[in-house]
Amino acid sequence: MKTKVFIHIVLFIGIIIMSFPFLWMILTSFKPQDEVLQIPLKWLPTKFEFSNYIQAWESASFGRYFFNSILVTVITVFGQIFTSALAGYAFAKMKFTGKNLIFYVFLGTMMIPLEVTLIPNYILMKELGWLNTYFGLIVPWFASVFGIFLMRQFFKTVPQELFEAAEMDGCGHWSYLWKILFPISTPVFVSVGIFSMISTWNSFLWPLIMTNSTNMRTLPVGLTYFTLEFSTRYHLLMAAATMAILPVALVYFIAQRHFIQGIARTGLG
Amino acid sequence: MRSIKEETLAYIFILPALSIIFIFHIVPALYALRISLYSWDMISSVKEFVGLKNYILLLYDKEFWKSLFNTVYFTLGVVPLSILISLVIALFLNTKIRGLSFYRSVYFLPVVTSMNAVAMVWLWIYNPDYGILNYLLGKIGISSQKWLLSPYLAMPAVILMSIWKSLGYNIVIYLVGLQNIPEEYYSAAQVDGGGRFAMLKHITVPLLMPTTFFIITVSFISAFHTFTQIYMLTPDGGPLKSTSLIVYYLYQNAFVFFKMGYASAMAFVLFIIMFLFTLLQHKFLEKRIHYEI
Repeated sequence: MKTKVFIHIVLFIGIIIMSFPFLWMILTSFKPQDEVLQIPLKWLPTKFEFSNYIQAWESASFGRYFFNSILVTVITVFGQIFTSALAGYAFAKMKFTGKNLIFYVFLGTMMIPLEVTLIPNYILMKELGWLNTYFGLIVPWFASVFGIFLMRQFFKTVPQELFEAAEMDGCGHWSYLWKILFPISTPVFVSVGIFSMISTWNSFLWPLIMTNSTNMRTLPVGLTYFTLEFSTRYHLLMAAATMAILPVALVYFIAQRHFIQGIARTGLG
Repeated sequence: MRSIKEETLAYIFILPALSIIFIFHIVPALYALRISLYSWDMISSVKEFVGLKNYILLLYDKEFWKSLFNTVYFTLGVVPLSILISLVIALFLNTKIRGLSFYRSVYFLPVVTSMNAVAMVWLWIYNPDYGILNYLLGKIGISSQKWLLSPYLAMPAVILMSIWKSLGYNIVIYLVGLQNIPEEYYSAAQVDGGGRFAMLKHITVPLLMPTTFFIITVSFISAFHTFTQIYMLTPDGGPLKSTSLIVYYLYQNAFVFFKMGYASAMAFVLFIIMFLFTLLQHKFLEKRIHYEI
């Protein structure tokens, strides 16, 4: 009993530390400007200044940033699930020449850091005229070796008899995939989807070098420019940060089981 | 006949992924190797072949060595501490405690939030004049610090923030590892009169080795790629370049100074370091983790 109380106390202190930056962000975001830089520091705002949010929203193209981030993330996530599922199935269940070689080359590319391909890809985008376009933000990330790997591991666990039974009923690979295998693969689709969602939504270095106009910036890049511009007006910075974090946090809390299990499953590889 | 049909279909299935990976990962990697042998500013059409000169220049570049040292400092600051803290919290969470999913979801929250957004918050927390950290430390009698503006404290401040950001991921992975340890091991140990710490030392920690191995690999790789929080928290690589990590220095060389060849050479050195690390880790650590059931 004593240990249980002790454990709760430790975990609770941990939670306060973990959530403190978020609480402080929200509190600051509601403070009038003069209270933000007040000494001695005050914990709570004397009056809640909702106008900070309006001011922050209007000082930058946040609507556009959100739109760009959502568009890029949604298309990339579906693209990765699609290309990973097909390739994962081929690697798990089909016979073809060069299968192992191609698979090992794929795995090998996981070792190549993003920074190595960054400059050539930038030049490639320039040549293609894809700088500052959605194509440039999306297409290079339309496949994920990690996603293929997870899908392959999952499909390998599906008994061969299922396919044989389907084949008896006249099912080919294609209809077997869509009618039987994909419907039972939701867990791995969710894992790949969530992993790709978090990494795409938060990706920064690529969109930073790829975009050069306000119209094409994603949320992380937009936030960076916002921070440079309003460096000391913390009430506006915190309002912007809250706006950026809140939608993600809401989605996360609603679907947290999927998030955590999805990520947990990626650790088993 | 059938198998030719199957082969064709299989190639069609891998074609989308294969073409993306080929065009945007494999070819660029080879092209980067080529660029690293040239001196090129990207704007002019003149590319001068310089052989291994970029690599040799790297050896004499004090700022490069500093960024390499900083990267190692950062990695050693983040990885062991993060593993230790996340293991302790995961062990506590794994005690059939009430409110597990609540606790877990809060610890995990920073993982899903954008690094740029939370970095803005930490900039504010670390503010030397009005920041809450100095205020709280003042309450317990510690004088104000410059944090991100101090050549000595900037790195620890970035490390602290990075641990906070990634802790939840490690906790979740450790929880999976802990739940995979069969209950019987503990009951058997209890029959033999094993105490809690004996069980932790002889059952839990050894059986968690595969999980720890996985976490070390993932954390090491992400620590070596750290860029966003450096860019946000310590513009220009921090006071006296004290937080200029290798990827940041690479970014500066490529997209601020336009030294494409030099930056590509640096990228390859980074690749070689990571490759060697993975090999070493497999050699020394993997031997010790074969407790799998």
